[in-house]
Amino acid sequence: MRWHANTVIGGALMTLVLGTALTAAFWTPFDPLRVNLRARLQPPSSLFWLGTDEFGRDVLSRIMAGAGTSVVMALFTVALAVGVGVVVGCVAGYLRGWTDRVIMAVNDALLAFPGILLALAMMIVLGASKSGLVLALGLAYIPSVVRVVRGTVLSIREKEYIEASRVIGNSELYSMVRHVLPNAMSPVAVLATSMFGWVLLAESALSFLGLGVPPPAPTWGNMLAASRPYMETAAWLSIAPGVCIALTLLGINLLGDSLRDRLDPRMAHG
Amino acid sequence: MTVPLLTVDHLRIAAVRSGAAVIDDVSFAIERGEFLAVVGESGSGKTAAARAILGLLPPGLRRAGGQIELDGEDLATLSPRRMRTLRGPAVGMVFQEPMVSLNPAISVGAQMAEGLALHERLAKSEIRRRCLDMLARVQIRDPTRTFDAYPHEFSGGMRQRIMLASVMLLKPKLLLADEPTTALDTLTQREVLDLMVELARDHGTSVMLITHNLGLVSRYAQRAVVLQQGRLVETGSVQQILFSPREAYTRQLVEALPRRGVATARRAAGEPLISVRGLKVSFGGRQRLFRHEADVAAVNGVDLDIAAGETVAVVGGSGSGKTTLGRAMLRLIAPAGGEIRFQGRDVTSTHDREFRLASQLVFQDPYSSLDPRMRVGEIVAEPLRHVARLTAAERDRRVAAMLDEVGLAGLAERWPHELSGGQRQRIAIARAIVRHPSFVVADEPVSALDMTIQAQVLKLFGRLQAQYGFACLFISHDLAAVEQVADRVVVMQGGRVVEQGSRDDVFDHPQHDYTKALLAAAPVLDFARPTSVRQLG
Repeated sequence: MRWHANTVIGGALMTLVLGTALTAAFWTPFDPLRVNLRARLQPPSSLFWLGTDEFGRDVLSRIMAGAGTSVVMALFTVALAVGVGVVVGCVAGYLRGWTDRVIMAVNDALLAFPGILLALAMMIVLGASKSGLVLALGLAYIPSVVRVVRGTVLSIREKEYIEASRVIGNSELYSMVRHVLPNAMSPVAVLATSMFGWVLLAESALSFLGLGVPPPAPTWGNMLAASRPYMETAAWLSIAPGVCIALTLLGINLLGDSLRDRLDPRMAHG
Repeated sequence: MTVPLLTVDHLRIAAVRSGAAVIDDVSFAIERGEFLAVVGESGSGKTAAARAILGLLPPGLRRAGGQIELDGEDLATLSPRRMRTLRGPAVGMVFQEPMVSLNPAISVGAQMAEGLALHERLAKSEIRRRCLDMLARVQIRDPTRTFDAYPHEFSGGMRQRIMLASVMLLKPKLLLADEPTTALDTLTQREVLDLMVELARDHGTSVMLITHNLGLVSRYAQRAVVLQQGRLVETGSVQQILFSPREAYTRQLVEALPRRGVATARRAAGEPLISVRGLKVSFGGRQRLFRHEADVAAVNGVDLDIAAGETVAVVGGSGSGKTTLGRAMLRLIAPAGGEIRFQGRDVTSTHDREFRLASQLVFQDPYSSLDPRMRVGEIVAEPLRHVARLTAAERDRRVAAMLDEVGLAGLAERWPHELSGGQRQRIAIARAIVRHPSFVVADEPVSALDMTIQAQVLKLFGRLQAQYGFACLFISHDLAAVEQVADRVVVMQGGRVVEQGSRDDVFDHPQHDYTKALLAAAPVLDFARPTSVRQLG
């Protein structure tokens, strides 16, 4: 198997992020929650590598602790959206008829709202918590998955190999799971990786509005949100989580692309 | 003769990246007014050669050597600007796929006018007049309406005529026709090619007809060039190439032509295996905003009996309902009326598991009928899921034996996309046969394949049928293939059976006019009579 640059860079970045998250579970340079008002807004130094925030908490420690929360939350959210979206989209695309019409009518109505607005409304109902955030963002992103999956399924179910499966005597459910689903996964993989990025950003947006993961627990999103008033005087506060989000996005997108190519036998050459 | 119109001299076309030759040291010439056939199978480089003449090689290919001289001008030394002025007035091209070679967003008239406006200084009214004349010339019924219509309103045959009209409008000296009728049914193919010959004669145009169909070559061309994997195998008069080929490959091509096999009296006595009475299938008209368009009857009252082990061929042009009939007999499409009986049981509307498991389908397109994410072995093993009491070891053994039988031994771990079209069709056949069905519908099983591959696949199919004794509904517009495999022939037109009988009766004594027309249009190579080579201008 040849190693593509995509796989190597993407894999390295994701290993770094997950490794950091794992390390933070056992050890961080400082307690990420310990307030030290004498060391407020310290620029990066040999003691505080990434500086300190407005409460004197060590930014590096908070980045490390936040990695786990942010990445795990994003993973759960994407898993929720993709899991539900694929099933619903498949059912709509495969059964067509009234089932399809009803599902798509509801779906399109949901799509008409911006995802963040939907999540916002749900957060207000559910209250600010990690699981609430996962649920709200997950539900908000389901409609776009449904759209993509349904379209792909519609085109695949017309392929002759699906007809061949029916002639063989396979049940509809078997045909769907064995033949339609695997062939519909490529666009879903692309969508899921970009969605990962949206979720990280959406989490920071919701945190900014006070509806994300409640402080003082660090996430990259709420760190970014909290850094806004100090952008001019203490730029490191926003740079650190910003760079982390960007690198994670890059990593997951590269990895997603290479994974998609590898899973498709037609693309996996050599 | 004088200086040829086109001379291709030691042409070499290679892939940009690997340097592998697609065309290697090929030379030929086309005289003025001549009809030259370039014969070859997929991968022979015939299309690349034509594109090189136009200076329109695809990005991955480039000309690596040799000369192409058109009317005394060396095309290699021409500037792109000069080359553009030649495309159209000097060399025109008709493509294989009429469904995609016209721009769907531009009206037919505007597309035709494009060439004239570009290459000649004419008033708008004059352009329009010439376009209308040309549309009438290619026997388009209502030229004025056609001029303002869009491509999607026309069938494949009509589009190919429009394409031909717009190319001939510029009176090119050379017309390149790349498999212009492969996508069309036999009758339409005949009409379009006859028209092309007439137009070429009128304008003194030379034609380079690229094809894999030797029947067409014998009917239309005067000389032929045979290509194999980028190399020139043989060139000569059509008479010589077809009747006394010098090279082994040419002989192989000629021998691959389907011929009538020995009539087999496979007809079993007694009750037919499958019997169809008054079968009707209709497709719902489109639901418009305020009205429901009338339903279209694709199959309209068909009676048909197939005995065990017998091959019944269904022939007819596009839209005759033959594919729909096959699908309906497999219960893939619900019939609107009539009755299907399998071994005496009514299976028209009931879900008969035994019938489902005993019937199979082989598709036309071996590229879309195999799941791209399953390995060859898995594909062939899949039907065996429904065989009760089969251990994994037994199943693997049967799959291996089946693959061996279709000549694909050892390929079980490969992916479909790694295999050729012929190999893929063998997989599809293996998948259909592996469960030992008693009834197989073969929907144009070889029409997407090259001639030599067609012959192999048909032979394989015949052998498997002799071995396993399944009955077969063989759907085809290719009368030559039908003649080779069928015991009985059913001719369909507009959803109805217009004639049916034993193969020899239908081929030798056709009764219905439509059957006669189909037979007359079929580009079969008749070895009994010498071909009538058309003399052009």
